[in-house]
Amino acid sequence: MSKLTLIGGITAAGQKLNITISGKKISELTIDTPVAGNEILDITGSLIIPGLVDLHTHLREPGKEDAENVESGSRAAVKGGYTAISAMPNTDPVADTAGVVEQVFSLGKAAGLCDVFPIGAVTQGQRGEQLAEILAMAQSAAKVRMFSDDGHCVFDPLVMRRALEYVKMFDGVIAQHAQDPRLTIDAQMNEGEISAKLGLKGWPAVAEEAIIARDILLTDHVQSRLHICHVTTAGGVELIRWAKSRGINVTAEVTPHHLLLTDDLAESYDPIYKVNPPLRNVRDVEALREGLADGTIDIVATDHAPHPTESKECEWQAASFGMIGLETALSVVVKTMISSKLMTWSDLVDRMAIAPARIGGYAEQGKEFALGNFANITVVNPNKTWVVNKDASMSKSRNTPFHGLELPGVITDVFFNGARVLQDEKVIGKI
Amino acid sequence: MTNVMNGADISRALRRIAHEIIERNRGSENLVILGIPTRGAFLSARVADLIAEIEGKPIRRGTLDITMFRDDLRMRAPKALLPTEIPLGGIEGTDLIIVDDVFFSGRTIRAALDALGEMGRPKTVQLAVLVDRGHRELPIRADFVGKNIPTSRDEIVKVHLTEIDGSDEVLIEGQR
Amino acid sequence: MNRHLLSINDLTYEDAVLILDTAAELAKISDAPVKKLPTLRGRTVVNLFFEDSTRTRISFEAAAKRLSADVINFSAKGSSLSKGESLKDTALTLQAMGADAVIIRHGASGAPARLADQQWMTGSVINAGDGTHEHPTQALLDAFTIRKHLRPGQKDLSGLKVAIVGDVLHSRVARSNVLLLHKLGAIVTLVAPPTLLPVGVESWPVEIAFGLDLVVAKSDVVMMLRIQRERMADLFFPSEREYSRQFGLNGDRLKMMQPTALVMHPGPMNRGLEISADSADSLQSVIVEQVANGVSVRMAVLYLLLGGSPLSAENSKVLSDKVVI
Repeated sequence: MSKLTLIGGITAAGQKLNITISGKKISELTIDTPVAGNEILDITGSLIIPGLVDLHTHLREPGKEDAENVESGSRAAVKGGYTAISAMPNTDPVADTAGVVEQVFSLGKAAGLCDVFPIGAVTQGQRGEQLAEILAMAQSAAKVRMFSDDGHCVFDPLVMRRALEYVKMFDGVIAQHAQDPRLTIDAQMNEGEISAKLGLKGWPAVAEEAIIARDILLTDHVQSRLHICHVTTAGGVELIRWAKSRGINVTAEVTPHHLLLTDDLAESYDPIYKVNPPLRNVRDVEALREGLADGTIDIVATDHAPHPTESKECEWQAASFGMIGLETALSVVVKTMISSKLMTWSDLVDRMAIAPARIGGYAEQGKEFALGNFANITVVNPNKTWVVNKDASMSKSRNTPFHGLELPGVITDVFFNGARVLQDEKVIGKI
Repeated sequence: MTNVMNGADISRALRRIAHEIIERNRGSENLVILGIPTRGAFLSARVADLIAEIEGKPIRRGTLDITMFRDDLRMRAPKALLPTEIPLGGIEGTDLIIVDDVFFSGRTIRAALDALGEMGRPKTVQLAVLVDRGHRELPIRADFVGKNIPTSRDEIVKVHLTEIDGSDEVLIEGQR
Repeated sequence: MNRHLLSINDLTYEDAVLILDTAAELAKISDAPVKKLPTLRGRTVVNLFFEDSTRTRISFEAAAKRLSADVINFSAKGSSLSKGESLKDTALTLQAMGADAVIIRHGASGAPARLADQQWMTGSVINAGDGTHEHPTQALLDAFTIRKHLRPGQKDLSGLKVAIVGDVLHSRVARSNVLLLHKLGAIVTLVAPPTLLPVGVESWPVEIAFGLDLVVAKSDVVMMLRIQRERMADLFFPSEREYSRQFGLNGDRLKMMQPTALVMHPGPMNRGLEISADSADSLQSVIVEQVANGVSVRMAVLYLLLGGSPLSAENSKVLSDKVVI
């Protein structure tokens, strides 16, 4: 069995650690002396962290493969330091049956670059009316534990209640896209001074906050588990903080772009900044950063949303909502949270690897380095910077809002189940 | 800076031009005096007043802005328009006197002729200028000239009028 | 002036006054026997209308033709172009055709900005109305009309009280007018039910009134906006009757207006809904004149944007009469 020792790396906690990978697992952890006979990879000066875990990824396969497929999405994930991603079900057909989730699951295995865990739809066709065959999906080979109608809100409170109750059978979790559809008909951007000036229909913060409030109370009432996707509002953060103080089992995620970007970017009318939920104002961004720092928001999730160029090269109203984000996520979090001293690297590892794996129930991912664990490791040079170039993205799509931006933190190598899938910043081979 | 005409010189020149216009046109019956803004307009008003004083009756007068008819429009940023006021009765069949301050390449007058062409058909069009500095680029001539001042191309002729500059004088700037 | 006219914010105070002054001079052309100037000869102006608007399109066409420009009309409505993709391809076609200026009306806010920004074409982009965002030349002709009647011989509209009445939320005319009237020193009051005022209007340089009776007597100008009947279905107000009663310019309110005050409307009007027939046809109404003034103002805009050398991307100052030739 091949053995590779990474020497010279430092953990997020600041400790020197040499890791030896044998086959798929970690076989040795030492402080200084490299073991003779092993292949050596010198990563002095770099951080070694558990492979990142994303709970919110749009892979577009089946149905919209012009924008992305499981394989290209996996490549983008690896480039961004992720060893596990979660495929949202708003595909075509929707992933609301065991058949489709198993298809996505095996496509992920075939690509072999990272774990691809399908998320199942809550309702049939994501139409919000009838529950999907949640149990069948949970019992399938994909072993789905998280369910979401992401893209749409589960708006009917009765449907949401039933879904929350139903998943208690197997300790599943419902991930809600909080957006009251009646308050956001044809909404284009955050409702506020900027939208009033630009003549773009507003998406008011209350449309998110009201659903969050309702679902927290429902979750408490039926004693189930709730996860709030892409929180964007200060009010939402406050509600979640209150819920946790009452012991209600709710978790929440924030995207990297909502930690950095604000709604004034829409003034250019460039739909690269068009996203759902929308970019909000400075006060919201500050609240989100505080919430992520103090753990009110449990994780960072990318909401990686690829779209073909033509759907972003038009007038705002006709453009698709969404930004890609797998490749820039870590760097944006470093820039917004670590460079600003709001979080430490240990916090980052928790928010981007450990907590996501725990919420998603991914047993082999997001673990502190320990003997016998699967070797899912990401190597980061925290001091180097890089300039985002949309034309160099691994994803099939180019819709990043960060093109031209210089960001801190370069991911150099990634190991997925022991295999080196990213080498010197290049995505190589698969298992 | 050299002064080539002072206030008294300008007064005398304008008075002579007024008399010449009346003489050439055998009276003032059919006259319309149009000045090219900015300074040509002030001069034309003075000439019209002088003719009115001599003849003892009002003289029809106005202004003609030629900005839109310039042949060098494409070479620079658009210029602000100046007022065009055509007297009641129009210019049809009149003896029209165009008045300008400095006569140089002739392009301003060509533009003025184009502008007039859109408005009607005068019986005659005559040109009165305070200063003729030579260097014509087009075959256009003046009928009434205040003063001939030979200049070299790179000299600048400045006309100051009390109405806008506070004093009456003609100055030449440059190597002399 | 900027190379493009997408929003009133593209104009400084001086730019706006210059446009009004230039329009005043050009207005005299319509009294001349030959209504043409050679200024834009050889220039190509394209009317790119993605939304129906015969009135505005004809106004721009007349303006361009009076300056001797070549006019090409491109109506995307009803053609095979699909939404979204068409803008870029259309722009590339126009560039290939050598358009010096594109006058664009589009249903999507920001479409002219996309055209101008993307650098798909080198000509000037003039916004003839984009979604609910702005309609700069309408505001300019409104300001021109007001100045002509209420501040003749003066530069701007200082101190004039203007009431803008109606569906401000969805009105690009309102947005442009608020910006321009404020820039020119007028005091603006928006009159509308709260449902038809945008969130964030508190930061606009305006007063707010929830009924026309509150302002009609002291306004120098009452500018009525068209109210669309479909807004009722979207729950903005309960009935036409209720709307009219509170916000309509009916005969009684017309009598309350100062005799010198103006009645304005950008058109098209819903006679009987936001404005009674009497008010529309009253002596104080300048609604028909607004249309005529539109041509002069648009001529001024075309001249100032296109009449000189092809402008670089930077602002270029219009020269005063100090240049000697």
